[in-house]
Amino acid sequence: MAKILAVDDSASMRSMVAFTLRGAGHDVEEADNGRAALDQAGVHKFDLVLADVNMPVMDGISMVREMRTMAGYSGVPILMLTTESDTNKKMEGKAAGATGWLVKPFDPDQLLATVARVLG
Amino acid sequence: MSKVDLAQFHKAFHEESLDGLDAMEQALLALDEGADDPELINVVFRAAHSIKGGSATFGFADVAAFTHVAENLMDEVRSGRRPMEKAVVELLLRSGDIIRDMLSLQMAGQPGATAESQALLGELSAMVSGGAAAPAAAAKAAAPAEAIEGWDIAFRPFDYLLKTGNDPARMFRELEAMGPLTVQADLSKLPLLADMDPSSSYLSYTLGLAAGAKRAAVEGVFDWVDGDCDLTITPRMAAAAPVAAPVATAAPRAVREVATNSEATSVRVGIEKIDTLINLVGELVITQSMLSQFHDGVSDAQLEMLRQGLAQLGRHTRELQESVMSIRMLPISTVFNRFPRLVRDLAQKLDKKVVLDLRGEGTELDKTVLEKIGDPLVHLVRNAIDHGLEVPAKRLAAGKGETGTLRMEAFHRGGSIVVEVADDGAGLNRDAIVAKAVQRGIIASGENMTDDQVGELIFEAGFSTAAATTDLSGRGVGMDVVRRNVMDLGGTVAISSKQGRGTTFTIILPLTLAIIDGLTAAVGEETYIVPLVSIVESVQVKADALRSVVGGGELFRFRDEWLPIIRLYDVFGCDGTRRAIEDGIVIVVEGEGTRIGLFVDELIGQQQAVVKSLEANYRRVAGISGATILADGSVALITDITGLVRMQGRRKAA
Repeated sequence: MAKILAVDDSASMRSMVAFTLRGAGHDVEEADNGRAALDQAGVHKFDLVLADVNMPVMDGISMVREMRTMAGYSGVPILMLTTESDTNKKMEGKAAGATGWLVKPFDPDQLLATVARVLG
Repeated sequence: MSKVDLAQFHKAFHEESLDGLDAMEQALLALDEGADDPELINVVFRAAHSIKGGSATFGFADVAAFTHVAENLMDEVRSGRRPMEKAVVELLLRSGDIIRDMLSLQMAGQPGATAESQALLGELSAMVSGGAAAPAAAAKAAAPAEAIEGWDIAFRPFDYLLKTGNDPARMFRELEAMGPLTVQADLSKLPLLADMDPSSSYLSYTLGLAAGAKRAAVEGVFDWVDGDCDLTITPRMAAAAPVAAPVATAAPRAVREVATNSEATSVRVGIEKIDTLINLVGELVITQSMLSQFHDGVSDAQLEMLRQGLAQLGRHTRELQESVMSIRMLPISTVFNRFPRLVRDLAQKLDKKVVLDLRGEGTELDKTVLEKIGDPLVHLVRNAIDHGLEVPAKRLAAGKGETGTLRMEAFHRGGSIVVEVADDGAGLNRDAIVAKAVQRGIIASGENMTDDQVGELIFEAGFSTAAATTDLSGRGVGMDVVRRNVMDLGGTVAISSKQGRGTTFTIILPLTLAIIDGLTAAVGEETYIVPLVSIVESVQVKADALRSVVGGGELFRFRDEWLPIIRLYDVFGCDGTRRAIEDGIVIVVEGEGTRIGLFVDELIGQQQAVVKSLEANYRRVAGISGATILADGSVALITDITGLVRMQGRRKAA
């Protein structure tokens, strides 16, 4: 069981991710933009962060960049939830310090497989 | 593996998509008016982007395919490759409408694509540079795996790789799951311990995988470190010739079968309203426990405590009721929001210049009222732009600015909500209306009629037909329907107009349909409730203030007017105990601007009545708007004042 932060401005996406991960026994917190995610990360220590790219207030890439400077987060895996139209975002995310990505659309099984892979 | 049913997220996705589309529309309208704010473009892009991502995830393939192209168009704008010109706004506005329709179709379990959506998709694709859309991601060509015996991998992570959260050991374990793996680490770059940065990577690896895994699978392990390392993956080939590459098939995701669960309407409620409720319930529990100590009897000393407890219970119950009612209340902006688009489209079509001035958008109304007030408002706005506001040339000739103003405003007044739709156009054409009304036999002549009375004519059933509107330069497209709709909500609509200055429609609506404040009155054995909002005064009428008229009608003098009296026992066919007017009470009420007196035996008191539908439980009864249950368990009928006023009008006419 891991402590996971799910960041997405779409409530339906977020609840899908959270519901799926909770079903696999993980402890999931949610945030609806990058800024809120950073606040959460300051309170809890997460083992994994899943973040959407396009969000209001603070986008996913800026979030990764800032999160990497936070104490305890330099090595925490961060996965970006991208769409196939965001190929250039993948590289941008990577440059900001994202560990990897999950391409939308993904189904719950794909999500669990990827999370299992990152958590090792 | 999970068996997560995605259908449970459909409703949330649908709702947030509708919100996104609304935001998109508002942003587009602002951009259309020349707003220069990159955030607006982002809002539009984000809406399209989220809907695309969500619809693909939740299995709405048609919506995803359509939105994909709209998103591409937006991306061109966002990246500065295309100006946000009129044609783009227009196309995106129409796209928003289509996406809305498609979502509803897919929510109902039907295919989302329609002839209309396909046609628009064609237009979008044509606009997006590069012509035809290429929505489906190209399927990765799968290399033939059969002939491959294993893989040799040279992997040298760049020094910062560990800081991205990627761990080579984890990747090796993944490879190991595919078959026997050998790992050789090259330590030559390892510095002295004192110089070592633990979060830097110093090693490079030579890996041997003795299994014929697919190239995509092996590459997949290194997917995330692509660009963060030197990587060479070489297959160990078997002697046999490779077989022909299998044809890559990328089957489109099938549209998920959606159970057509009957659309349960829901209300999204602000968290502070919920918190208030929880607080109140908490208070109630405390009061209850305080009162429960008395269940073995009350000593004299405790009487005051009991009284206090009961008073507290009463207060909390009332607050709880108000609080629960407020959950049904939503801001009128949810209805107003659709008008910028409507006004823009109509003005464009009619070559008129119109500025829409929305005020009081935060004013809250009962959800049921909100849902039903939209159509009448659309009707009024259409009329105002169609008939009220003039074309620029005509406005200039009349000494006005060429741009007309349409004001929609909502505010509280007393226990009601007032919604005004006002234009600064030409005003009603009195002569045309009078002529039409005379022609239709509604009135004999327009002499001695005030402007307001003439205005009232347009609400008459039969005043206008579709054909009448073309030759009438005034208003009147189905205004009787507007009035009926508003009356069904327990409201009223009135008009005031000034020649050359404009017209204002005033709709007055009850705050909620579920509860009314009423005066209870006895008629024989029966109890009737008269809504407080309609009551002017209750009076005892002396014999010398009474007058009978030819035809059996009765009048009484109220201030300087003579008003007709309706004996409630007469109308409702029950037995009143008092027959002489001077023995009972006359309640003066007003409906649609007309005053009448209701004769009852006596007044009982004032109370809040929870309205139960008579229609749903029995049938519609003229003069009655509903029923309620009194404290003693008996049923009281709630009078429909507008209905009674009309009944009186018909009696007079007969």
